Amino acid sequence: MPADPLVKGLLAGDRMALAKLITQVESGAPLASDALRVIYPHTGRAIVVGFAGPLGVGKSSLISRLVTFLRKKDLKVGIVAVDPSSPFSGGAVLGDRVRLDLHPGDKGVFVRSMATRGQSGGLSQGTRDTVRLMEAFGMDVVIVETVGSGQTDVNIRDVATSRVVVLVPHLGDDVQSLKAGLFEIADIFAVNKSDLPGSSDAVRHLREMASIMSSRANWKPDVVECSALNGTGLDELWSKIERHEAFVRQDEDARAESKERLAKELRELVSRKFEVRLSSMMSEDSKVRELVERVQEGEVDPYTGSELILGRFPTRRESPRRR
Amino acid sequence: MPARAKVSGNITDERPIRVIIAKPGLDGHDRGAKVVARALRDAGMEVIYLGLRQTPESIVDAAIEEDADVIGLSLLSGAHMSLIPRVLKLLKSKKVRGVSVVAGGIIPDEDAARLRKLGVRGIFGPGTTLEAIIQQVRSASPRHAS
Ligand SMILES: Nc1nc2c(ncn2[C@@H]2O[C@H](COP(=O)(O)OP(=O)(O)OP(=O)(O)O)[C@@H](O)[C@H]2O)c(=O)[nH]1
Ligand SMILES: [Mg+2]
Repeated sequence: MPADPLVKGLLAGDRMALAKLITQVESGAPLASDALRVIYPHTGRAIVVGFAGPLGVGKSSLISRLVTFLRKKDLKVGIVAVDPSSPFSGGAVLGDRVRLDLHPGDKGVFVRSMATRGQSGGLSQGTRDTVRLMEAFGMDVVIVETVGSGQTDVNIRDVATSRVVVLVPHLGDDVQSLKAGLFEIADIFAVNKSDLPGSSDAVRHLREMASIMSSRANWKPDVVECSALNGTGLDELWSKIERHEAFVRQDEDARAESKERLAKELRELVSRKFEVRLSSMMSEDSKVRELVERVQEGEVDPYTGSELILGRFPTRRESPRRR
Repeated sequence: MPARAKVSGNITDERPIRVIIAKPGLDGHDRGAKVVARALRDAGMEVIYLGLRQTPESIVDAAIEEDADVIGLSLLSGAHMSLIPRVLKLLKSKKVRGVSVVAGGIIPDEDAARLRKLGVRGIFGPGTTLEAIIQQVRSASPRHAS
């Protein structure tokens, strides 16, 4: 029974409700947890695709073309576009909509821009929760765009089942992209801007490299040549994504990986909830505040102090502290 | 000072002010809009930059999807008296609450007065300092109103 009117709205297809709920999960508001619990059974069916790659290679342009392609198949698409926050001010300029927003008035597309807000782990959770909200809203495909290797700010592995790494001619043979960890996450390489010279060389080179590398056991990355400018290669890109999705569903290792991901998520959630409790304890529990002062005055050392604070949490007999 | 800075070490459900910056209409370049976007970022806000040639419809749709607090419109063309009221009207007809509109560009005083009456929360003429713009965007943000 969805008591929350926003959840009710989301499940009924209200875009504003989806937008407000994303705001909640993004900032980790306590309310969000209840909403996510209710929508969770409505998730897990969408194809979730990550797009990563260096600055300006055409990720947004390519996604925009892909969205047009998918809309023709009558698939509904959600997009989460992640950009880094400024480490100095905490603010951000989120510019992906300039190239993404090509579908005015289309109710089958929903774009949300997201800043990393300087919390790496936290963002993965916020992104993952946003993906789930979009699934529950009824999106058939959810695309997550991140800049860079997708490992620094959002771990795209934690969020998407199929990972497309976008490169351009003359970047493919750059060893830097190897170092950036792009090869480890790429299920599919898209060599965009194939309208520019050097594209087929880049593709050949990448294919050679891809044949000796793998993002997963039993999977050799596919290489697709495309151009967001001309709109070529999109059908091939999509069919590779579908092929990979089919692979993931039947492959033992891939299934093990997704189980592992859930375990990791669970752990992160517990640790976040613990963090929240700790925060409120530090500011509200008078005994703890007193203890902080005693540490500050030098009456208690921080090591003993931390044990005493931990002791204020309800403990179990099998507490690992006394081994 | 960053807007809505995080409380040190604590997890809060505060978020930065989110501002849509768009340049509706068909005219010109977006250099000015980009400078403003960066200044707002440096003031701790999250700017969703839409770029050139946006329609009032696409701007309002973006504001809904992005759950924005403020829409900042940059205009040069003199079409402000049709475009800005159209944005305001759409916000109303789509029942979007909690979003304010500010505008920058060459807007004559008498138009500015009329736009203010219609609900525009800030108008920045050519000489307005970035400081003043930041200040006005901040106070236009409904969630920030104190
Ligand atoms: N020639 C050519 N230019 C392209 C192509 N795709 C994108 N571009 C151009 O490349 C520039 C960057 O495109 P975006 O789609 O914004 O790239 P992005 O990877 O999303 O950029 P960030 O999100 O800033 O990292 C734009 O000027 C596009 O017009 C293409 O296939 N061919
Ligand atoms: Mg982009």
